[in-house]
Amino acid sequence: MNIVVLVKQVPDTETERKLDPADSTVDRAASDGVINELDEYAIEEALRLKEKHGGEVTILTVGPEQATDSIRKALSMGADKAVHVCDDALAGSDALQTAYAIAQTLGTLEYDLVILGSESTDARTGVVGAALAEYLGLPQLTLANKVDVDGTSVKIQRQTDDGYQVVEATLPAVISVVEKINEPRYPSFKLIMAAKKKPVTKLSIAEAGIDADKVGLANATTQVVDFAPAPPRTAGTVVKDEGNGGVLIADFLASKKFV
Amino acid sequence: MSTSHGPAAPDPLDFLAVDSSLSAEERAVRDTVREFGRRELLPHVAEWFAAGTIPDPHGLARKFGQLGLLGMHLDGYGCPGAGAVAYGLACRELEAVDSGLRSFVSVQGSLAMTAIHRYGSEEQKQQWLPRMAAGEAIGCFGLTEPDSGSDPGAMRTRARRVGADWVLTGTKMWITNGSVADVAVVWAGTEEGIRGFLVPAGTPGFTATVIERKLSLRASITAALSLDEVRLPDSARLPLAAGLRAPLSCLTEARYGIVWGAAGAARACYEAALEYATSREQFGQPIAAFQLTQRKLAEMVVDVNQASLTALHLGRLKEAGACHHYQVSFGKLANVAAAQRVAAKARSVHGANGITLDYPVLRHLLNLETVATYEGTEEIHTLSLGQAVTGISAFR
Repeated sequence: MNIVVLVKQVPDTETERKLDPADSTVDRAASDGVINELDEYAIEEALRLKEKHGGEVTILTVGPEQATDSIRKALSMGADKAVHVCDDALAGSDALQTAYAIAQTLGTLEYDLVILGSESTDARTGVVGAALAEYLGLPQLTLANKVDVDGTSVKIQRQTDDGYQVVEATLPAVISVVEKINEPRYPSFKLIMAAKKKPVTKLSIAEAGIDADKVGLANATTQVVDFAPAPPRTAGTVVKDEGNGGVLIADFLASKKFV
Repeated sequence: MSTSHGPAAPDPLDFLAVDSSLSAEERAVRDTVREFGRRELLPHVAEWFAAGTIPDPHGLARKFGQLGLLGMHLDGYGCPGAGAVAYGLACRELEAVDSGLRSFVSVQGSLAMTAIHRYGSEEQKQQWLPRMAAGEAIGCFGLTEPDSGSDPGAMRTRARRVGADWVLTGTKMWITNGSVADVAVVWAGTEEGIRGFLVPAGTPGFTATVIERKLSLRASITAALSLDEVRLPDSARLPLAAGLRAPLSCLTEARYGIVWGAAGAARACYEAALEYATSREQFGQPIAAFQLTQRKLAEMVVDVNQASLTALHLGRLKEAGACHHYQVSFGKLANVAAAQRVAAKARSVHGANGITLDYPVLRHLLNLETVATYEGTEEIHTLSLGQAVTGISAFR
């Protein structure tokens, strides 16, 4: 079974993240790039499915040059090869355009499953998986916390606020995962050493079959109209427990409508 | 962002940009161990230190094994075959968490596995190395004795021939992982000189007793080994180990890891002090604003960066096959002393909070007492350097 895992490089959530005031896109110089955390769960799930059913795991990244570091980490976790669509024309593409670019690139690959994280920690739109499935005309199985593949079909548990739904589809399909699904492995040193020998195919938009008029900031379907930095955190209120701490906590929770 | 030209201001956490020359693989090793340490080790280490043990050493060994930390610089037999710098970076990041955890990895990889890899028979290598690399088997290294520390040649443990077999009698002391090991590499005097033996746990006459009441390296298991007429076949002897040079060459490997590890402990103390000094307020301002604190921080950043540079330089020499054991002695002496200075200053920056396990500084300071002592005391490495530069041995 051949699985493609979509990996996005995002600014490290542990550093201060910024938007570039000039064009309202992510300021990539302001913080280190790391693999979007949920994509690590997607990689782990793909590796587990491969270990069970055989086949190959391919990483697909659409992103700038420096995303190579994230691709290398994915290969160090155990993926077999990678495709990196890297082209200046893609800069500033929004979620729908990215889904289009991924769909076009997938047209050049053979796969049974596409797995991705259910959202990214930067834009947090959470729409790429669904949009991609629409572009490809494939079933979408979103928010999976469990995946079982049986021959030509795949069944997931779809996480909801109060439980889960069981959703089934025929292959090929697009699956987005939530963090409950597994515990991602650490890259092993043996695989780190081997990663540089694994093939990474770099594609321009032309090579990936992506139409230049349909990607990039100028052609984006959505626009950032305005943004402002988050307000600084206000100082907390210190309440001294003078025997009535429980009452004060209950009052606080009630005032915030938690109880 | 600054619009002025010229070099960027130094990163307070890597002031001399020591890590800027690392390869992509080396950075990946560093980041992996750092993340593993932050997620899997740091949340527990104070508790382990307080308890004076590692509660699940076999589970920890398997986790280390999965990463490839055990025997990571060795080739074949399930070992990753990483370069000296990558191995050093792993030691640095582990010891930034705790010296006891780096010791665990050093004893397994640099001492026990290196002894088997370098001096063992093909059968011994096949039997032990893949399982030890995976963390399925734990090894220990028995050289030091109650009455023979800096002078291992004076060891009293004897191995005598009885027919085709060997019979070992003696005591080994300060043996990391001694009581949880599946195999002990034991060094003993014979009529032909010092030889090494692989003693599996459970061999009749072989017992290990945990050393309690340590005040240093508490997140680590230390034992005394007792060998009472332990009978072993000749196939248990390391065939290529002849003389004291064999165990000493393993110690040089482990010391190399300490050179890096000490830089890690120093960095962790400096980072903690910097964080504390900038957030703790007295007299209406952060204590980092006081000149006396700034002096400490400045001295710390110098020590941390010099130690890191020394480690990296020795690593590059080692990768070129040009690192002499005297140079490793230089690194061990210099970096452990630097780490001790940094830890003591970091402790003082933390005031009363610095004596608790809520902060890492006194834990590191106490650990470094052990690190300064094992694998060659400060005195022995000083005399080694004296011998190296004068050509005259002052101690043997």
